[in-house]
Amino acid sequence: MIKAILIFNNHGKPRLSKFYEHYSEDMQQQIIRETFQLVSKRDDNVCNFLEGGSLIGGSDYKIIYRHYATLYFVFCVDSSESELGILDLIQVFVETLDKCFENVCELDLIFHFDKVQYILQELCMGGMVLETNMNEIVLRIEEMNKLEKSEAGLGGSQSKAITAVKEMNISNITQKIKDIKLPELPNLGSIKLS
Amino acid sequence: MDAAIRKAKDSFGQIFDKNLHDLVRGIRNHKEHEAKYIAECIDEIKQELKQDNIAVKANAINKLCYLQMIGYDISWASFNIIEVMSSTKFTFKRIGYLAASQTFHEGTDVLMLTTNLIRKDLGSQSMYECGVAISGLACFLTPDLARDLVNEIMNLMTSNKPYIRKKAVLIMYKIFLKYPDALRPSFPRLKEKLDDPEPSVQAAAVNVICELARKNPKNYLSLAPIFFKLMSVSTNNWVLIKIIKLFGALTPLEPRLGKKLIEPLTNIINSTSAMSLLYECINTVLAVLVSISSGQPNHNSAIEVCLQKLRILIEDSDQNLKYLGLLAMSKILQTNPKSVQMHKDLIMQCLDDKDESIRLRSLDLLYGMVSKKNLMEIIKKLMMHMSKAEGTHYRDELLAKIIDICSQNNYQFVTNFEWYVSVLVELTRMEGTRHGKLLSSQMLDVAIRVETIRPFIVAQMSILIDNMHVFAITNSIPSKENKNYSDICEVLNAATWICGEFAANLQNPMKTLESMSKSKVTNLPGHIQSTFVQNIFKLYVHLIKKNSQDYDECKRLTDYLIDKMKIFEQNSDIEVQERACSFLQILKYVLKMLDSDPSGVENELWSLFEGELNPVAPKAQRKVPVPEGLDLDAWINDPPSDEEQNDLTSSQENHIFVKNEKFELKSYTSYGGNNSSDIKTSVSVGAKKIQPDISEEDLAKYKESRKIQIESNPFYIKQMKKSESNSLMSNNMSKATSYSESIRSQSIDLKIPISIPGVTSSDSYYRMSKIDDENKKLKKKMKSKAGKDSKKKKSKNDVEEDDEDEENIPVVKILANEMPDGVNNDSDDDKNKFKDPKDPHRALDIDLDEPLKDYERLPTSGYRPGILTDKPKKTNGLKEEPKKESNHKKEEKKKSKSKSKDAEKSEKKSRHKKSDKSVDLLVSNDTVNGHENEYNELLSPEHEIKTVITESKIKKQDQGDDLEFWLSGTKSEEKEEVKIEEKIEPKVEKKSKKSKKDETKDEKKKEKKSKSKGKNGHHDLKQAEIEDSKNIYKHVASNKHLNISCLMRPNHMNLNQLIIGLRLDNITTDDKLKNSEISSIELNLLNTSSLKLIREDKKSANDSIRIPFSLSNSSQNEIEYFFEVSDCTYGQILKGNFIYIIKSDLGTIQDKIDFKLKIPCSSFLIPTSCDNDEFSKWLSSGQLTSKYSIKCNISNYEDINSILGILTSNFHLTKIEIVDNTASIFASTMKHQPICILIKLLGNETLSMDGKSTSQSLIENILDELKTVISV
Repeated sequence: MIKAILIFNNHGKPRLSKFYEHYSEDMQQQIIRETFQLVSKRDDNVCNFLEGGSLIGGSDYKIIYRHYATLYFVFCVDSSESELGILDLIQVFVETLDKCFENVCELDLIFHFDKVQYILQELCMGGMVLETNMNEIVLRIEEMNKLEKSEAGLGGSQSKAITAVKEMNISNITQKIKDIKLPELPNLGSIKLS
Repeated sequence: MDAAIRKAKDSFGQIFDKNLHDLVRGIRNHKEHEAKYIAECIDEIKQELKQDNIAVKANAINKLCYLQMIGYDISWASFNIIEVMSSTKFTFKRIGYLAASQTFHEGTDVLMLTTNLIRKDLGSQSMYECGVAISGLACFLTPDLARDLVNEIMNLMTSNKPYIRKKAVLIMYKIFLKYPDALRPSFPRLKEKLDDPEPSVQAAAVNVICELARKNPKNYLSLAPIFFKLMSVSTNNWVLIKIIKLFGALTPLEPRLGKKLIEPLTNIINSTSAMSLLYECINTVLAVLVSISSGQPNHNSAIEVCLQKLRILIEDSDQNLKYLGLLAMSKILQTNPKSVQMHKDLIMQCLDDKDESIRLRSLDLLYGMVSKKNLMEIIKKLMMHMSKAEGTHYRDELLAKIIDICSQNNYQFVTNFEWYVSVLVELTRMEGTRHGKLLSSQMLDVAIRVETIRPFIVAQMSILIDNMHVFAITNSIPSKENKNYSDICEVLNAATWICGEFAANLQNPMKTLESMSKSKVTNLPGHIQSTFVQNIFKLYVHLIKKNSQDYDECKRLTDYLIDKMKIFEQNSDIEVQERACSFLQILKYVLKMLDSDPSGVENELWSLFEGELNPVAPKAQRKVPVPEGLDLDAWINDPPSDEEQNDLTSSQENHIFVKNEKFELKSYTSYGGNNSSDIKTSVSVGAKKIQPDISEEDLAKYKESRKIQIESNPFYIKQMKKSESNSLMSNNMSKATSYSESIRSQSIDLKIPISIPGVTSSDSYYRMSKIDDENKKLKKKMKSKAGKDSKKKKSKNDVEEDDEDEENIPVVKILANEMPDGVNNDSDDDKNKFKDPKDPHRALDIDLDEPLKDYERLPTSGYRPGILTDKPKKTNGLKEEPKKESNHKKEEKKKSKSKSKDAEKSEKKSRHKKSDKSVDLLVSNDTVNGHENEYNELLSPEHEIKTVITESKIKKQDQGDDLEFWLSGTKSEEKEEVKIEEKIEPKVEKKSKKSKKDETKDEKKKEKKSKSKGKNGHHDLKQAEIEDSKNIYKHVASNKHLNISCLMRPNHMNLNQLIIGLRLDNITTDDKLKNSEISSIELNLLNTSSLKLIREDKKSANDSIRIPFSLSNSSQNEIEYFFEVSDCTYGQILKGNFIYIIKSDLGTIQDKIDFKLKIPCSSFLIPTSCDNDEFSKWLSSGQLTSKYSIKCNISNYEDINSILGILTSNFHLTKIEIVDNTASIFASTMKHQPICILIKLLGNETLSMDGKSTSQSLIENILDELKTVISV
């Protein structure tokens, strides 16, 4: 079982949080902070597993994370999950984001917080892995987007135009921000995904 | 005007409102006043939520979602979230469900409003709407939602869209967690999904079953063959990993399964390229090897393969693989430590790794790799690491590990305890450690267990005390601000205790006494100070004893201490103060004695600390059994008022302390200072027991009994036979002193952070041992040279040499009686770790092999009237129809399969009709019928047949046989698979044969059986009534005119009433009386002690009752009477008569018939439902105080099922459980008196019945009645 999925940046700012067990908002923030502290002090060339933090989990839980450019992707899982399997799952997640946002960067995650959640919903459900086939996930997301568009109809185009105008300002900010690069998995011989 | 503006705002609202983008951008632009800005935004959002436009609301909720992520509580908007969820547009619905999944939880009260909304969405035509609903539901499922929606989810599991199927399958796990009752009815369908053509659905099913099996593996053992097949077929690595992990959980339960697995797993290991799969395979192979354990030589190859692969992993440059490799290696360590030791080099390398996780893992491995030979070397390396290591956490970890490694198995690997003590002493020099307590207890342990080391350790400890100042005293209080605190001063606790207790070994006790009574001591924590006071006392006693002839010296010493003790006398710590005061009093008394009559003082003092202390296991205190009949919570006397109590206890305690001083002091000298408070409380408890006006005599008695108690108490172990160890000690003594001298000269040039002169260094011992080794090697060489001619001699020498080694190792005292008497040494504390009462998996420990019972069904979605909306009903109705058809088809197919089944089929059908009807009676809702069918479809064909016969025993055996067969098979896999499939068919045949037999044997019996089944279920009482009315009227009395029979049943409308139906038959056969008519029938009834006829005509009990009908020839009629029941525990006999007139051709005759109606106890039983939990709750509640057992002969029943069948058809009994030849039955009377019965089929055609109830006569009567029915 997956207990929590967190994404935060190099400064510990949360970009996505999904807890499959109830915690109060304060507790959630504490967990994010603690996890950030645990993860951020580790070099990039050490292993990606950590025995669980004190706030989340216990002896049975592990923190499995990956660091991509400015973002940390952290999964807190129990012993029924395969460690390497989860690492691959994170890779699938990131690749899916990359496909859905076309060269995903941190800003995409910031401004499309809801969309990232929807993508995650297709990947994991209630703490269990739902789908590991990236193409399937992308297909579903696209279909849902189409459904959304069709519903928006005329009124939608109006609001879309507005967001387009609004978004013009963002381009100034985006310039400085690096794209997230997807490093190849080192020698993992990763799992076949279909 | 207002309305117009609002309308305009509604339609253009979106343009002016902030959306998520704007919010995020706003927050980023207001970094300075983020909180203020967000507060403004929340106000805006609140305004937006008040509008009617759903788009505006959805937008607001979307923003709230973001705020929730950055830590704002949005539970106040729960209701609005539901509003958005209920939107008809997917766009908004999705937002609503997202918000719900982020914030809702079991405690959210508005969740109860969502049931129908979610049900509607689950039934939606759009698969994405349905999918969104399932995804959301998975996050906020509650027990209520799970129960109400499980049927919908079950339907979705058979959806034609894989997207929906996989989600529905996956959410089942969550449903089981919240609503365990759903597991058994839905499991067959879940099992089907293992064969789903869509890989992602299959993966979901595997996922769910693996999660279930992980917590309760034994219930899923029978699925092993299916998974085995899947493993050989599947190519999906995710699925394979899950399955292989599952096997890892199953093998400990079934070693044969493990043996079967090894080969295919090693094949995967050798062939796969996916590291994750490889790693999991290795893990499971290791688990298998652990379960097989008893060294099977042919599996060595498997271990070898694993080790080889693990070595590759560890040597890999990828840190992740290295980490996992080490993790797996530690599993091999448990079974094959030797094979791991070969890789010592590799693991030592990993100790130097820059990655802390990896270092910690390799530390774990080191633990298992030490031996007598390499212990010193390894520890030295660890010590070096420790001085280099950064971060206190890792250093503390190292320290704990060092102690762990050395102390494992009672210091099995420590050959030189002086070395070990010096390691410990060196460890005290670690800065900022938090393991002071650990070190301290370790020192105590060594000092107590290893007698030979005492002179050495005492010397070392006195040095530590002399240098008390170097221990960071100020930093010893743990607090939040002081993160660098260290409890290293704890070692002083051990040091003083050791010096005090083994004062005889001190070289200069006076000097130690002086440094112990320095004023610096008062800076230490209270509990350490009290140890100081106590041990100053001990030292003092020792010195007095030593200088017993020199009274002046004694006096001087006493004066000195009286002076010194004054600093403790007013200590803020109560414990210190108390000890200091009593010590002072004793000192003053001694002073007095020295003045008046000095002879014998030393002996009297000495007696205070007589006796030797022995180690006590840490769990011993907890394990002391509470003596039977002792209730520690009960007051012995009435609780006194507060004031009184205070006075009493203080005076009593003084009293006892004076009288029992010896015991008390002695108990203080127990193991270390920490226990003292425990012991003290036990003493004061003893004090409380004594009445205030206790006489001297009683006290003496009390003392006596305490003495006896103490003697029999293992904690006060008397002098041991020390002859052996003594001799050893004397041998080693001289050695030890010379050692320590040599150390002193050596240790000068060592680098110790703050060096304490005289403190030893483990390094020197390490060097010495090296030199020793060298010497030995040299010797060996010499010897081997000398003895080259005869090899035999050489080997002999070797043995001798080894023996020599052994002799040098000091004896570690391990006592068998470290635990109190009457305690079994099982580590039962650890076994229950899973049984955390909060763990939801506890409820899922459900046997899945047992066939489904009638009452085990998913709750049908009986819509509550009023809430019901039209739409879902329609869709449901549409959905059900095709299913019914398919169901029908299935049945047809089955029919053609075997004709012998037809008989059952028809019977089954009739049963269906019946149940359908009965349900119809209750709820006239077509959906219910649909679900009825639905439920039946759940059962696999195999299952159905079995439930009809309800022979769970046979079924279980068969299943067991399947597994047995599969496990014991040695043939190739493919053949087996075929066999498994084939096996199903012969089984069916077997069943049908059986059923035939049954039918021919006793058709009536079967009828009854099927009837009784209905009773067991949750079928409503009405149905039970219908069935009862079919029950046979029993003969009561008859004469030539009239036959009376009766039927008794409880009144379900009023549980205090019994209904007795009387049936009158006109049986006049006399030809003369042809065309006769019995009329004017009057009934006279006498009430019994517990039965009272309820009369509507308000006449007195003695008046006769008119029967409102007359009977023509050979006709019958019946009438019911209600009786009020006041007692259910005895059977009753109702006496009465009928007076009637026969009109015939011959005229009219008056006649009468007397009758006695036996009303057995069992007629007061009412149908109840009871499940296993409830049943065991009753049994363990202690309320069922009456017991009764009975045995009877049975010859005409073949198994327990037929007996149960008879019983349940005759009485209102609820079958709880059948295991092999025993069955448990529950019943309840009208007065709600529970009856629990266990029937057991014994070998020689006897049946034993044991019953428990609240009333003795009740249980006796009931069992006797059961007996008469069975043995008829």
